[in-house]
Amino acid sequence: MSATSRIRRARAVEYVARVVLGSCAAAAVGVAVFFLGYIVYRGASAISWEFLTEAPRMFMTRGGIFPVIVGTFYLTAGTALLVLPVGIMAGIYLSEFAPRTVLTRVVRLSIANMAGVPSIVYGLFGVALFVLASGWGRSILAGAATLACLTLPVIITSTEEALRQVPRDLRQASLALGATRLRTIARVVLPAAAPGIVTGSILGLSRAAGETAPILFTAVAFYAPIASSPFSETMALPYHLYVMATQATKPAPHVVWGTALVLVAGVSVINGVAATWRSVQRRRIRW
Amino acid sequence: MRRRFGPPARTRAAEAVVTILIVASGWAAILVLAAIATFLFASGMRAMSEVGLWTMLSGDSWFPTSQNASFGFVPSIAGSAWVTLVALIVCVPMGIGAAVYISEFAGPRMNEIAKAVIEFMAAIPSVVLGLIGLALLVPWIKATFGLDTGLTALAAGLMVGVMCLPTIVSMSEDAMHAVPSELRQGSLALGNTRWQTVYKVVIPAAASGIFAAVMLGLGRAVGETMVVLMLAGNAGIVPDTPFVSARTLPGTIANELGEVVRGGLHYSALFVMGLVLFVITFAVNLAADFVLERQRRRWRR
Repeated sequence: MSATSRIRRARAVEYVARVVLGSCAAAAVGVAVFFLGYIVYRGASAISWEFLTEAPRMFMTRGGIFPVIVGTFYLTAGTALLVLPVGIMAGIYLSEFAPRTVLTRVVRLSIANMAGVPSIVYGLFGVALFVLASGWGRSILAGAATLACLTLPVIITSTEEALRQVPRDLRQASLALGATRLRTIARVVLPAAAPGIVTGSILGLSRAAGETAPILFTAVAFYAPIASSPFSETMALPYHLYVMATQATKPAPHVVWGTALVLVAGVSVINGVAATWRSVQRRRIRW
Repeated sequence: MRRRFGPPARTRAAEAVVTILIVASGWAAILVLAAIATFLFASGMRAMSEVGLWTMLSGDSWFPTSQNASFGFVPSIAGSAWVTLVALIVCVPMGIGAAVYISEFAGPRMNEIAKAVIEFMAAIPSVVLGLIGLALLVPWIKATFGLDTGLTALAAGLMVGVMCLPTIVSMSEDAMHAVPSELRQGSLALGNTRWQTVYKVVIPAAASGIFAAVMLGLGRAVGETMVVLMLAGNAGIVPDTPFVSARTLPGTIANELGEVVRGGLHYSALFVMGLVLFVITFAVNLAADFVLERQRRRWRR
């Protein structure tokens, strides 16, 4: 084969590869955009002030989903209360304290593995430990505790990542001024890493807000009043959506898609704001 | 009097307490993981001793509520296998292709947009994907293949494949990003085209990271619950093609745990199913982590 024909062939292959790979990327992006568009298209007509602020009426076919939104808010807030202290401290441990030993490697391995445990397995675990063994019953507390276990690895990894991006010089400067190790962490490292930690936590919690399988048997009921204590059952957006989508007697479809839109929009708006805030903060702080 | 340097005793004590708390939190992950294994095992004990683990793993009928109850996992395992296979066929080639394009061909602006969109996709709750699947995919499969029902392993697999896409794309993109650019420049300087550089240099260098991405995608596919529960049909038979309704391990647990007597044999059998799922995903994740660690060590400088 002559040199020119080899070059010609390489150019042709290059072109084909570009097109094939480009269409893979376009398809992946296209699917996401299509899903978003479809949810908005089906759900937008349901969204009204009434839908967001009133309780359901007439077997869920009329009225709104206010108690459902509040239920998801309670569950997520409970999850945050339980997981953030432990998760952030664990992140601090891994970034600032952990020695380079086999044991630390085991801790990291456990975190990676926790992230891969299926959500339904967390559900089983929640039933066995929080609902039954702890005697909390089906409750916001049991559901939030289950979701906290599920979210823990996400919070730990994002906190550690954020802490690691703080330059070593800042720590050494603080230590050189006579601050103790903990004071250095509290006054220098944590404030510098705060945008990353906050954003990572929000991303993790918004994932928890959309989870169905872990709360299926630990927290939710299809119909429950707005919870009065952490020990009461609650309604939640993902579960509400699941029941309405699969039950035999379908409620009005616009209610189903409206709920889906509220869930997706809520999660993505919060994510988007968090991610934007982080990138703004990153630009503001320069080392 | 001896004078001590450093902070006063009260500060020292407070710091000691906080340090203990931090170290204890660091160990929380191990604790939770151990607790999950313990509780699954303890709750599954009854079924494992009365029915036998091997009888469950190899039994091909699952009639947990009949007079002569049988607890065979094979229908669920086979269903999970079909769903996972279809999902991987969808998401592995497409995901890696998209990752190669985003990392090696796209400009920085395209790169940012694609990443943002894929991050958005990762944030869609799986129950919403199930809903979209019910509305679009299930009727389409029913009509296209002339089936009695569109609720099949195929429908669930396609949707799970879409679900795993963000994991595979972002992780393989990371792996290729970690390849030092000197290698690329060296290859281009020798006269290779971009595509030749990709398949001769970048992909081999990032191979273990890409493999880990596929493994994590596989782990997600096996464990995904809501999509499978809503789309696979949950039939009782052992499926021999993806075109029939099938039950899966997560789907069976999610479908039946609400109706069982707490502490009964059926309840216990569902926990054994959870334990099987836990062991499978644990092994898959361990493999991914092992390979990833090797890759990390390779490019650490």
